[in-house]
Amino acid sequence: MKKDSWVASPFMVWVVIFTVIPLGMVCWYAFTDASGAFTFDNILKIGTYWTYLKDSLIMGAVATFFCLLLGYPLAYIMSRASWAAQQTMMMLLMLPQWMNFLLRTYAWMTLLENNGLINHLLGQLGIGPFHMINTKGAIILGMVYNFLPYMILPIYSVMEKIHSSLFEAANDLGADKLATLRRVVFPLSLPGVITGITMVFVPSVSTFVISKLLGGGNNMLIGDVIERLFVGAAPNYNVGAALSLVLMVLILISMAVMKKFDDGEETGGLMM
Amino acid sequence: MKASKLLSRIYTVLIFLFLYAPIVVLIVFSFNATKSRSVWKGFSLRWYENLFNDETILGALWVSIEVAVIAAIVATIIGTAAAVGLKSMNKKLRSVMLTLNNIPMVNPDIVTGISMMLLFVAIFGATGLLRPGFTTLVIAHVTFCIPYVILSVLPKLNQMNPSIYEAAQDLGCPPFRAFMKVVMPEIMPGIITGVMMAFTLSLDDFVISYFTSGSTAQTLPMVIYSMTKRRISPKVNALSAVMFVIVLVLLVAINARQIAEQRRTRKTNQDI
Amino acid sequence: MAENIISLKNISVSFDGETILDKLNLDIQDGTFVTLLGPSGCGKTTTLRIIGGFQEPDSGDVFFGKERINDLPPHKRQLNTVFQRYALFPHLNVYENIAFGMRIRKKSEAEVKAKVAEMLKLVSLEGFEKRRTSTLSGGQQQRVAIARALANDPKVLLLDEPLGALDLKLRKEMQVELKRIQSRLGITFIYVTHDQEEALSMSDTIVVMNHGVIQQIGSPTDIYNEPENGFVADFIGESNIVDGIMHADCDVAFCGARFACVDTGFAKDEEVDVVIRPEDIIVVPKEESDLRGTVTSVTFKGVHYEMYVNVPGEEEEWIIQSTVAQEEGKEIGMTVTPENIHIMKKYTGDYAGDEELE
Repeated sequence: MKKDSWVASPFMVWVVIFTVIPLGMVCWYAFTDASGAFTFDNILKIGTYWTYLKDSLIMGAVATFFCLLLGYPLAYIMSRASWAAQQTMMMLLMLPQWMNFLLRTYAWMTLLENNGLINHLLGQLGIGPFHMINTKGAIILGMVYNFLPYMILPIYSVMEKIHSSLFEAANDLGADKLATLRRVVFPLSLPGVITGITMVFVPSVSTFVISKLLGGGNNMLIGDVIERLFVGAAPNYNVGAALSLVLMVLILISMAVMKKFDDGEETGGLMM
Repeated sequence: MKASKLLSRIYTVLIFLFLYAPIVVLIVFSFNATKSRSVWKGFSLRWYENLFNDETILGALWVSIEVAVIAAIVATIIGTAAAVGLKSMNKKLRSVMLTLNNIPMVNPDIVTGISMMLLFVAIFGATGLLRPGFTTLVIAHVTFCIPYVILSVLPKLNQMNPSIYEAAQDLGCPPFRAFMKVVMPEIMPGIITGVMMAFTLSLDDFVISYFTSGSTAQTLPMVIYSMTKRRISPKVNALSAVMFVIVLVLLVAINARQIAEQRRTRKTNQDI
Repeated sequence: MAENIISLKNISVSFDGETILDKLNLDIQDGTFVTLLGPSGCGKTTTLRIIGGFQEPDSGDVFFGKERINDLPPHKRQLNTVFQRYALFPHLNVYENIAFGMRIRKKSEAEVKAKVAEMLKLVSLEGFEKRRTSTLSGGQQQRVAIARALANDPKVLLLDEPLGALDLKLRKEMQVELKRIQSRLGITFIYVTHDQEEALSMSDTIVVMNHGVIQQIGSPTDIYNEPENGFVADFIGESNIVDGIMHADCDVAFCGARFACVDTGFAKDEEVDVVIRPEDIIVVPKEESDLRGTVTSVTFKGVHYEMYVNVPGEEEEWIIQSTVAQEEGKEIGMTVTPENIHIMKKYTGDYAGDEELE
């Protein structure tokens, strides 16, 4: 079948023109000024935008942490449930994901606003009102709500493959439920955890929609800054490209670190 | 034993409550008689009437469907050919191509979006071709759909016994017919998954469209974004409800069939 | 006489309305090698899982020595299991797999180290400590699984078809090895298999099971030479099983011929099953016996020839093993010495051959 590799050529051309070259252009813009001369100024502008970048990283990390905290037990419960229950829960997890995430985020807008349903209900109990919308907490909540399934599904799919005989073997060798969880389930589920973390962290850090809808105008993240530099009133592609490049590199570094962490302990092997 | 079972039941219910409560509230208030999202003022279908008379929304829906259909078809053709070609490529080139293929999936959407925006702007500036609009939108969607098509077809190709293609040729079938007659049926499930994924991803995309569509073409998610940014309108609730119901029906239909099928194969494979 | 270490009393299990075990009673003596033998679906694995604590019986009691252990979870039972597909922990290397149980018990590192070394020596895997389990061959994984289970100093080792996934040569080696380990440690092994040859070569006691009921308990020689019913006879080795009539003590008729035998105690003219091992049949010129047939096929099997003989009036062909080959199509006579004719009460259940083995 060696000679058939030519059929991949449309793909190769497409990837080069619409993936590789655009990324090249991001780099080029990042290191040039408006006149096209080479410069480091754009990258150095990071200093100006540091607070946004820091906020993004912290909020992305917090959201990822909560997704893991909430999602891991559910993934475990799912993986040990009956087959029919597993299928049902999978479907229930996927269903909201099929609704556009703008609508999902919008749902929280109506709940969290000052005269929204939550404050209304609390008011009937004589509590509140609380200011919830347009806060950092609201943004994190939006991230957790939107991306929680991205954490659950990869962990579940790894756990589901752990053969029940491994649980029995651990049990047989004297491990109770907790010890089995700590010594067998957790190490084996680590690849799923890593995937889940990246799948939640990347969209959280780079979002500009959730921050705009739930954070109002005063909680800008790095995504909002980039968006503004490209489609805002005073566009500056060079600085925007530089920030995108930094964001990309930061994400790549954190993924590489995670990957390393994963490889240290695990090399797949037979999970039956 | 019993207590832990109860606990996991409660936990599961709570998580799903978290995932579904906002959507339920959203849908309930789409039938509210007034604009309020917190106080029930009686049943009405006026927001649905409004929705179905909204030219912008209906127009954008049509654009979304057009883009999704074209992008899914193009991405599936290029992606399937690519998968077949990758299979017969030498190892080194293949791993390079697979890495490039991964870029749009790993990169944050915002980076993919702005990088293509830079390309389209540059091409338009230099040649007057590819004015950002419908065409660039389709190109962008094809670009981010191809990787998913490849990743759903490749496993099917790997599972396939490579000898069948050779056997068909050995029996006198010319290569292309051999491919269509024996390879296609084997990888068809992967191709169908690929088309479906491409179609839904394209329908759902907001971020990449936002940067690559210019001002002439608007997809439904883009209209939703501008509506939600202008704060709340129960029309959006009505739209959410309609989309949720459509997705629910589709998903149940697909899953019911799949589950029935799997259950059958499971039954026959079972052996006490 | 040694004490019973495991006793099952009136154990019943059913699943989806199907009876898996039916009022099973079984006593296992301390320090013996006991094999549960039977076709797939006979309940042998279920029995093992009940002893291991992985499955609860619907009714009946499980005793460990004198103590009732029905409600004791697996991790508190003083027995360990070698699982069907080994169930080695893929994220741990050989050393840590074997150390797993001791880590749970918070043993000191020195103790762990000494024990792992001892276990690796026992299963002849010295030097494999740092290897990943996925890089081991099936036979080596098997040995690690055994070492891991034994490292906990169990009183009883449960083995669930442990050699099923190995090739023939390795299987033979491991049989010898297992027997050696068992006699060296002197602990009880309870071994589940559907392979009769495996059972015969290793066990002190064989428990033959079918449809959740024990068919016979006995030593390998008892089981082979004195099968209690047609099922056991058919399952243990190849047998010719034919309908016969017991005319009087030590006087049986089958296939139109009359033979002397050594069995007594049947009613006059009782219908019985007659079992004759293929290697016990003596081929004689056709004039010398009333039991005659035509040779339909001859296959060389290495130590002997295996021949199929069509006996007029019989549904199934007879099978004969002999070191002398006969010509295909030739009519021969067959005779059997009295002690090699085994008479059994009619067995009404299925024969092993009707079931598909795993």
